[in-house]
Amino acid sequence: MFDLTGKCALVTGASGGIGAEIARTLHGAGATVALSGTREAPLEALAAELGERAHVTPCNLSDLSAVDALPKAAAAAMGSVDILVNNAGITRDNLFMRMSDDEWQSVIDVNLTAAFKLSKGVMRGMMKARWGRIVNISSIVGATGNPGQGNYAASKAGLIGMSKSLAYEVASRGITVNAVAPGFIATAMTDKLTDEQKDKINVQIPAGRMGTPQEIAAAALYLASPEAGYVTGATLHVNGGMAML
Amino acid sequence: MSDIADRVRKIVVEHLGVEEDKVVENASFIDDLGADSLDTVELVMAFEEEFGIEIPDDAAESIQSFGDAVAFVTKAS
Repeated sequence: MFDLTGKCALVTGASGGIGAEIARTLHGAGATVALSGTREAPLEALAAELGERAHVTPCNLSDLSAVDALPKAAAAAMGSVDILVNNAGITRDNLFMRMSDDEWQSVIDVNLTAAFKLSKGVMRGMMKARWGRIVNISSIVGATGNPGQGNYAASKAGLIGMSKSLAYEVASRGITVNAVAPGFIATAMTDKLTDEQKDKINVQIPAGRMGTPQEIAAAALYLASPEAGYVTGATLHVNGGMAML
Repeated sequence: MSDIADRVRKIVVEHLGVEEDKVVENASFIDDLGADSLDTVELVMAFEEEFGIEIPDDAAESIQSFGDAVAFVTKAS
């Protein structure tokens, strides 16, 4: 089950906690991976850890011309891009009434526009191959909203609408487009919270704990796998029951 | 000219699975040859590869029939 031998996967945001784990998991299932992210050092470290079948393709997703070049660079490194995981995301939190145009736009550019351009960039190869998987990493807040995250929530909800629309268009070509919507996941970012802050979060989660990057990666692996060929336009909520959608 | 037309016709026949004699000058990919809108995108991709040309999106939209395709490729290559 879930064997990705011979498949090539491009993962954005692979320098982050969730992205690195997604890359590790797809690689562990046999895929060749292209690790993309802004910070090159953690990408090189991950590539060294993974060994063979791992390529580093750095890209600053806020630079939209660099985004255009990424699918080509990944295909050149790996031979093709059969699986695209749009995982990269940034936050620029602020109260709505105080949110600047720049805070709004920069989050939309990286989280949503880059995913649009990358999906478009890998589509030609997938259409020719009559096989492809796009997995967009959304968020629980795309469905529920979150104070201080109007821009982030809009971008994450946007990913879901984009996934569904593209899923319609390319389903007949053997290409699926799905989203994973993580809830609270324990990463370097949440490690900085105090125990008291963590307790406050955990009481809102029926499972009573934060999720792990591995639990998000497992969802991404499933949606990327041949076995999920009949799943498209779906959003897989992985949130410990925090929002049952 | 006829060489280009033959190569374009071959791509259309292979991709859409239609009879060769249906692929005439005015045959519309969608109305006459049973293509869906995504097929027209794929046909343009195939023309680009066959002839080593780049067909920009706005030009691609104007290629609606076999004759359009032959005319565009003839001009571009």
